[in-house]
Amino acid sequence: MATAKWPAIDKRTLIGKRIDRADGPVKAAGVARYSFDINRPGMLWAKLVVSPHARAELVSIDVSEAASMPGVKATWKDDSLLGKEVQYIGQIVAAVAAETEEIAQEAAGKVKAQYKPLAHQANDRDPTLSKDKPATRNTGNVDEAFAKADVKVEGEYGIPVITHCCLESHGQVAELRNDELHVWPSTQAVSSYADVSISDASGVPRNKIRVDCQYMGGGFGSKFNPGKWGVISSALAKQAGRPVKLMLDRDLELMIAGNRPSAFAKIKVGAMKDGTLTAMETEVWGTAGMGGGVPQQIPYVIDRIPNVRLTAKRIQTNRGPAAAWRAPNHPQSCFLTMSALADTAAALKMDELEFFLKAVQLSARAEVYSEELRIAADLIGYKQKAHLRGDPSGGSVKRGLGMSVHTWGGRGHPSECDVTINPDGSVEAKLGSQDLGTGNRTVIAIVVAETLGLPLEAVRIEIGRNAYPTSGGSGGSTTVGGVSTSSRFAATDALNALFAVVAPKMGVQPDALEANGGYIRQIDKPDNRISWRNACALLGVNSITKRGVNVPGESEKQGFISQGVGGVQMADVSVDIETGVATINEMVAVQDCGMIIDLKTAESQVYGSLIMGVAYALYEEAIYDLKTGRMLNADMEFYRLSGLKDVGKLKVHMMTSKAYDDRGIIGLGEPPVISPGAAIANAVANAVGVRVPHLPLTPDRVIAALQKGGII
Amino acid sequence: MKSFEYAIPSSLEEASSLLAQSWGETEILAGGTDLVTSLKQQVTAPKRVVSLRNISSLKGITVQRQSVRIGAMTTLADLTANSAVKEHFPALVKAVQGIGSQQIISAGTVGGDLCQRPRCWYYRNGFGLFGKQGDTSLVLEGDNRYHAIFGNEGPAYFVSASSLGPALIALGATLKISGTKGKTREVAAREFFRTPKSESERETVLRPNEILFEITIPIRGLKNATYEVRHRQGLDWPYVTATVSFALKGGTASNASVVLGHVAPVPWPSAAASKALNGARIDASLAAKCGQAATEGAKPLSGNAYKLQLVKTAVKRAVLDAAAAA
Ligand SMILES: Cc1cc2nc3c(=O)[nH]c(=O)nc-3n(C[C@H](O)[C@H](O)[C@H](O)COP(=O)(O)OP(=O)(O)OC[C@H]3O[C@@H](n4cnc5c(N)ncnc54)[C@H](O)[C@@H]3O)c2cc1C
Repeated sequence: MATAKWPAIDKRTLIGKRIDRADGPVKAAGVARYSFDINRPGMLWAKLVVSPHARAELVSIDVSEAASMPGVKATWKDDSLLGKEVQYIGQIVAAVAAETEEIAQEAAGKVKAQYKPLAHQANDRDPTLSKDKPATRNTGNVDEAFAKADVKVEGEYGIPVITHCCLESHGQVAELRNDELHVWPSTQAVSSYADVSISDASGVPRNKIRVDCQYMGGGFGSKFNPGKWGVISSALAKQAGRPVKLMLDRDLELMIAGNRPSAFAKIKVGAMKDGTLTAMETEVWGTAGMGGGVPQQIPYVIDRIPNVRLTAKRIQTNRGPAAAWRAPNHPQSCFLTMSALADTAAALKMDELEFFLKAVQLSARAEVYSEELRIAADLIGYKQKAHLRGDPSGGSVKRGLGMSVHTWGGRGHPSECDVTINPDGSVEAKLGSQDLGTGNRTVIAIVVAETLGLPLEAVRIEIGRNAYPTSGGSGGSTTVGGVSTSSRFAATDALNALFAVVAPKMGVQPDALEANGGYIRQIDKPDNRISWRNACALLGVNSITKRGVNVPGESEKQGFISQGVGGVQMADVSVDIETGVATINEMVAVQDCGMIIDLKTAESQVYGSLIMGVAYALYEEAIYDLKTGRMLNADMEFYRLSGLKDVGKLKVHMMTSKAYDDRGIIGLGEPPVISPGAAIANAVANAVGVRVPHLPLTPDRVIAALQKGGII
Repeated sequence: MKSFEYAIPSSLEEASSLLAQSWGETEILAGGTDLVTSLKQQVTAPKRVVSLRNISSLKGITVQRQSVRIGAMTTLADLTANSAVKEHFPALVKAVQGIGSQQIISAGTVGGDLCQRPRCWYYRNGFGLFGKQGDTSLVLEGDNRYHAIFGNEGPAYFVSASSLGPALIALGATLKISGTKGKTREVAAREFFRTPKSESERETVLRPNEILFEITIPIRGLKNATYEVRHRQGLDWPYVTATVSFALKGGTASNASVVLGHVAPVPWPSAAASKALNGARIDASLAAKCGQAATEGAKPLSGNAYKLQLVKTAVKRAVLDAAAAA
C-alpha cells in the first residue's frame, strides 16, 4: 500500500529535480490568457472617475451627462461617500461602462463630482506629524547597557513607500448569465474571491459566483479580494445586462492598488569591542496611507540583543492605501536593522562577515545562519574581495560587499484537492488554487506524478476555478506547502483505491504493491507488474476520485510541512563616486526552504526576488508632491523597475541537505525578497566608505552622502 | 484620449496647410512615441493629428563630401546604423544608444526627438507646461530633482528632453524648416531651441504650422563624444549629458564646443567650458578644469544641486573620450 509520507531522497524521480515550469511555453508564446485578455461577446469597457483632491468633502456626483452619451450603457456612483471625505487622489467615486474603451474614457470625463477641498497631509518623513500614541517596547535595561558599551553607534535610515506595480493591473471581467455571476479576475485567492462584496453588487448569491483565473500577472499580496474595481464591474455588468471589463490603468494601478509602507528610523546600537551586541534603541516612523501601521520588528532576526527599546510612530497621510507586499514589514525591518548593524561593524573596524557570524548567535537559528553565511561568502569570493569600510583602491569606481540575513514562516495553508484516475489511464488533479507565476501548476503536477509513478505529462492540473475543491489564497508563502500536501494525500488515496482493484488480478494483497515508472508492481517481486494503462482499464467504467485535505497543524505534526526559514544574501556592487551611480556586480542568495519540490522553480523564485530587490534598492519609490498630494511618478517612466541589464550576475544556492529536507515543505515566496535592500545598501557603504542612509540608492542620494562625508 | 481627425498628407506643403495657426489645435505625428502618450494622458487634445508618415522625402540619409543630410522622419535606429554617421559623429550615435530601448529607437524619429515635449512630471500630471497651481510654481516648492540648474529664471524650470539636441549643436548642425506654401527656412541647431515664456509658446522656434524636415551636419573632422550619466541601463532618461567637439592638432584643441543636456529648458552650450578647451593641451587635469568651468553660472533649485557634480564629471569624461577617439 502506498503511504503519503514523502518518499526518501534516493527514491524520488521528480520531486527535488530541476523541472521546467509547465506553463512556460504558453506564456512565452503569448497564448496564456490573462484577465486583460478575456473578451466576452458584447463586452463593455468600464472606466473610473476618481478624486483629484488629496482630501475633500464629496458634495455631489452627477452622472447624468455621461449616462446620456451614445454608447454608454451603465453608470455607477458611490453615494455612500456623499457628505464624507475622500482621502487621497485617485479614490474612486464613480464609473461608467460603454461600448468602447474610448467612449468610456470620454464619458468618465463627463461625470461631475463636486468637492469641498480640505487641508491634506502627504508627508511621511517627519515623525512629529504622527498623531497616535506611539507603540513602545522595552526589554532589559537599555540605559545601563549603553553606559557600559564600548561603542555607541547612531544612524538614521529610511526606506520609502514603493508600490506593487503589478505588470498586470488589478481588475476583472464580469458577466451575469443564467442567474450566475461569472468573473475573470486577476487574483491571488480563487477559492475565497467570491465574497459578499461582489455578491451584493451583482445580487447573485455567493454559491452562484463562478471565478476563473488561469494566469495572473503579479499580485505580491495586493490581490486577495475583489476590491472596489471588482464590486463596480459586477454592479455595472448587472445594470447593463452585458459583460464588463474593468482593469486599472497604469497610473491608478500605482496610485491606489496597494503599496508597501515606508519606514524611517533613528537607531542607536551599543556594542563591545569584540562585536558583542548589548543594546539597541530605535525610533521608527512611516506611513501606510490613512490606515495600517509601522514596521516594528527591530532588531530583525538578531532579536536576542538583551537590551532593546523601540518607539514606533504611525504617520497618517492622504495617499493611496497600503496592501500586503511580499513579506509584509520584513524588508523594512531588515533594512533598518542590518544597516545599523553594518554601521556598528564599521565603527568597530571589524570585518563584516566576522561581525555577522557573531551577531547571528543572537538569533533563533544561529546554526543555519552561520552555515549560510559561510556558503554565501564562498560563493561571492568574500575572502578575496573583502575590505573594511571604504574601498582603499584609487580610481573613481569603488567596489564593496554587503550582507544581510532574513527569516519567514511559510507554513502551508489549508487546501483540498481531488485527484481522479480514469479508466483510460488519464489522471487529473483539481483544486481551487492559483498560479501567480510561481510554478504552482508545475509543483502540483510533480507531486501527483511522483505519487503515481507516472511521467509529468500524464497528469492534468486543473486550478484557477472556485468550482474546484477549496484551497487557500496564495500569500505569505503558504501555497507550496498547502497544495503539495493536499495533492499528495489525494493521489495516494486514489492510488490505493486502484491497488485494491488491481491486487486480486496480480494475486497479491494491495499493500504489496507500488507504482513506479508507469507500472504497478509487486514491491518485493518487481517482475510481477502491470502497466498503468492496463491497470486503469480494470476500473471498467468507473473513475476513482479521492479528496486530499491539508490541515496545516496536523500535517506539520506529521512532518509533511513545517515553517521558519533562514536566508543570507550578499551583494557585490560598484559605485562611481564621481556620478553617484551604483551598479550591481553580483548578488548571492543562500536560502533554506525545507524539502524542495521543484529545484528550478524554487531557484526562479529567488532570482525573481533578487531582481525585485535590486529594483527597490536602487530605483523604486513612490514620489509624492506634498503640496498637491499627487503621486508624481505614477507611470513606468519615473517609477523605475530594474531591467535585465541592471541586475548583475545572480547566484542562488538552495540548502538541500538531508537535515533541511527532513523538515518537510516550507514556502519560499517571501523570504528571498527581504534582504536585497539591506545587502545592497551595506555593500554601497562598504564601497564608498560612508552610509547612504535612504533607499533607493540613486545618484542624487549617493552624491549627497559622499559630499557630506567629505569623500568628494 | 479625445477623438480627433487623422490626416496623412503626402507632401510637406499639404501637411503645412493641414496644420493650424495656433499650438494645440493640431499636432504633428512622427513615430508617435511621445505624442501618443501625451494624447492618452490628455496633456494635449488636438482636433486634428497630421501624420508625416507618407511624405517619402522626409526619410533617409544622404551622405555628401562635406555634410550628412538627415530627413526628419529617419528613425533613430536608421541613424545609428549609417556608416558615415558612425564614422564622423560618434557623439550622436552615443546619444541615441543611451535611450536604451529597441522599441523607441526603432519607432522614434530624429525630428520627433528634437521636437519632443518636456518630461517634467508636473507638466505630465496636468499642471501645465510650467507646473503651476494658481500663482505657485509647484516645481520650485515641490520635487525638482530632475529639473533645470541653468536657464531657470522661470517660468520654465523643466529640462529639454532631447539627447540629440546637444549633440547636433556641438556638431554645428543646421535644421531646415518648411512652412505654408512651400516656403522653407534654415536655422542653426543652436538657435532652434528656446525657452518658452508663456504657456502659448513651445520649446523650439517652430511655428505651429511649420515642419522640421531636414538636418544637415557638416563633416569637419572634429573629435566628438557624448557622455551621459544614467542610472538604469535599459530604457531610461539621463540625469545629465555632455557633448563636446573640437579640432585637435598636436594635442591642442581648437574650435571647441561643449553642450550640456538635461540641465536647462534648452540644450545648454557652455561658453566657459568651450573657452577652457580652446588652445589648451588636452589631458586629465585640463578635462577636469573644463568640467569645473561648465558649472559656472548654475543656480540649482532646492533638490537638484547634485547635478553640478554630474556636470563636472560628464564634461570631463566627454572631453577625454573625444580626445581618445581615433
Ligand atoms: C522611458 C523613455 C525614455 C526615453 N529616453 C530618452 C533619452 O534618453 N533621450 C532622448 O532624446 N529621448 C528619450 N526618449 C524619447 C524618445 O526619444 C522620443 O519619444 C522620440 O525620439 C520621439 O520621436 P517620435 O518620432 O516618436 O516623435 P512623436 O511622438 O511622433 O512626436 C514628438 C513631438 O514632436 C513633434 N514632431 C515630430 N516630428 C516633427 C517634425 N518633423 N516637425 C515638427 N514637429 C515634429 C510632434 O508633434 C510631437 O509633439 C525616451 C522616451 C521614453 C518613453
